[in-house]
Amino acid sequence: MRMTSTPLAAQAAHPPGEPHVPKRRNIEALLLVFALGIALFAYADTGKAMTGKTPPNLAALGAEFGITLLAAHLVVRRFAPYADPVLLPVASMINGLGLVLIYRLDPYNIANKLAPKAGAAPNQAIYTVLGMAVFIVLVIFLRDHRVLQRYAYISALVGLFLIALPAVLPASISEVNGARSWIRLGGFSVQPAEFGKLLLVSFFAAYLHAKRDALALASRRFLGLYLPRGRDLGPILVCWAFAMLILIRETDLGVSLMFFGAFVIILYMATERTSWLLFGLLLFVGGAAAVANMSSHVMVRVHAWLHPFSDVTGQTRQLAQSLYAFANGGLFGTGLGRGYSYQIGFANNADFMLATVGEELGLVGLTALFVAYAIIVVRGVKTALLVRDPYGKLFAAGLAATFALQVFITAGGVTRIIPLTGLPMPFLAYGGSALMANWILVALLIRISDAARRPLPPAIPLSDEMTQVVQA
Amino acid sequence: MTGLTLTLMKLGLLAALWVFVLISIAVIRTDLFGAAASRIRVARPSARPVSGAVPVGQAAARPRRGGVPSKLYVTSGSLAGTSVPLGTQQITLGRAHDSTIVLDDDFASSRHARIYQDASGQWVVEDLGSTNGTYLDRTKITGPAPVPLGVPIRIGKTVLELRK
Repeated sequence: MRMTSTPLAAQAAHPPGEPHVPKRRNIEALLLVFALGIALFAYADTGKAMTGKTPPNLAALGAEFGITLLAAHLVVRRFAPYADPVLLPVASMINGLGLVLIYRLDPYNIANKLAPKAGAAPNQAIYTVLGMAVFIVLVIFLRDHRVLQRYAYISALVGLFLIALPAVLPASISEVNGARSWIRLGGFSVQPAEFGKLLLVSFFAAYLHAKRDALALASRRFLGLYLPRGRDLGPILVCWAFAMLILIRETDLGVSLMFFGAFVIILYMATERTSWLLFGLLLFVGGAAAVANMSSHVMVRVHAWLHPFSDVTGQTRQLAQSLYAFANGGLFGTGLGRGYSYQIGFANNADFMLATVGEELGLVGLTALFVAYAIIVVRGVKTALLVRDPYGKLFAAGLAATFALQVFITAGGVTRIIPLTGLPMPFLAYGGSALMANWILVALLIRISDAARRPLPPAIPLSDEMTQVVQA
Repeated sequence: MTGLTLTLMKLGLLAALWVFVLISIAVIRTDLFGAAASRIRVARPSARPVSGAVPVGQAAARPRRGGVPSKLYVTSGSLAGTSVPLGTQQITLGRAHDSTIVLDDDFASSRHARIYQDASGQWVVEDLGSTNGTYLDRTKITGPAPVPLGVPIRIGKTVLELRK
């Protein structure tokens, strides 16, 4: 035994110090000011280009959003001091830019009855403040993300209920332009699937965390693939299939695609089995082919994707207009308020929002926007890598995957990489439910990243009487 | 004139967007490239004189010189004298056959503890719900605890420590 009492006493006198982790809240404040500045500058620029003078409510809006951002920042500073410093500013910047672009498209949309009489921008501004209020409430009251793990099955049920609700309601309440994914009551409409998807990601994370060993190890080998036992996979497969069927019935293809992708990614991350990716891909190809042959809605989309210029005044008009917009934008864009992307018409401020960015800010601005989205995804993945509890890991990674897929599906559809499926661009597009759901997503990531970067508590010292060295 | 103003505003906005994005990347750069050493300072147990003797450039180039453990050494118990090199993988300790270090020790549980490097590069020991507990020095650990160099980790009759 080489253990003498001297080094032990010396070590005991100097316990391992608590690591000093910088909180980086000041840099977050700085970036928030910058984000607000960008949005206001873009707003002034748009107003000048469209009406010849800076908008009169520039200062008032600046103060309003400044106070909102300040509140969000102070709440993060107080309740999640170790949270990631770039998530909130980057999300705010994209949200601000989206508001400006909606404002920019409003004149055309009002004239063509595609937006409310007062314009879509004031509504979206209210949703932005509401979204940030939800963000603040969540950061204050959800003190530990692991609480959500306890409600895994309730999350699954509520999530499925939210997704299923529009499908069972009469079409007069739930149908908007062929997609039955809404609940409209009075002048108020909600897309419950946006919130349902977050709950289901939480369920997947909690369930796969509990069963991942069984899924990864207790499996039969079949054709070089590992097939897990039915009783392990059953609940989640049922949940997933149910959600997919509902979404297909609602012809909400974008959400079902995102949902499918996120599911496969979380499954892969939980089990570390590459066979899942292969399975997912096979299932996806089969499912997509089946859906494309069954649904005329989808056949039109695929046709427009393959031949966008075949019917430029009819069915492929929107996609063709979108491509023209990107081409017209070129490298540096036409400048805000000076493009023609509004001619896309319906959903020019939602699914086709990216075309306006491409035309008016050009490739340079579009790339900056994509990098901003990438930052959010990267921070989500980084949070998943850093956080210590497995549920948090899967949850953060699942949220990041959902966000990334949503960006890819929307951007890919508008730029003709994949068939257009119709999802709103996160934070950028018009739509209160999606905006609020995305703020909830950022709040969850902030909460998990706070837990991830928070230093470990020092070990509790016990007195010598309570412990004894075991002598061999 | 207005055309020029608008063009300038357009370019200004694009520049502002990129500056914002690049600042954000600069903020997270330390995380991306894993330069944890410069961000996370662990209080050193020994009172080593730092300033003066070491040139500034050299200190900046290798900030954790002399402090990085490279192996896990078993100082006593049935495996005394063996060591395991530290990599990026975690090291599991226990009686289970798939452990990195299989402990033949009546006081060890089958999955007793694990030692891993956290995101900041600090080696951390965590008890995996063992029956008889894991001790860091003389302290029974209750959660993940950072392991400094040379401090004994006790599992039953086995004692391990991190060495350079």
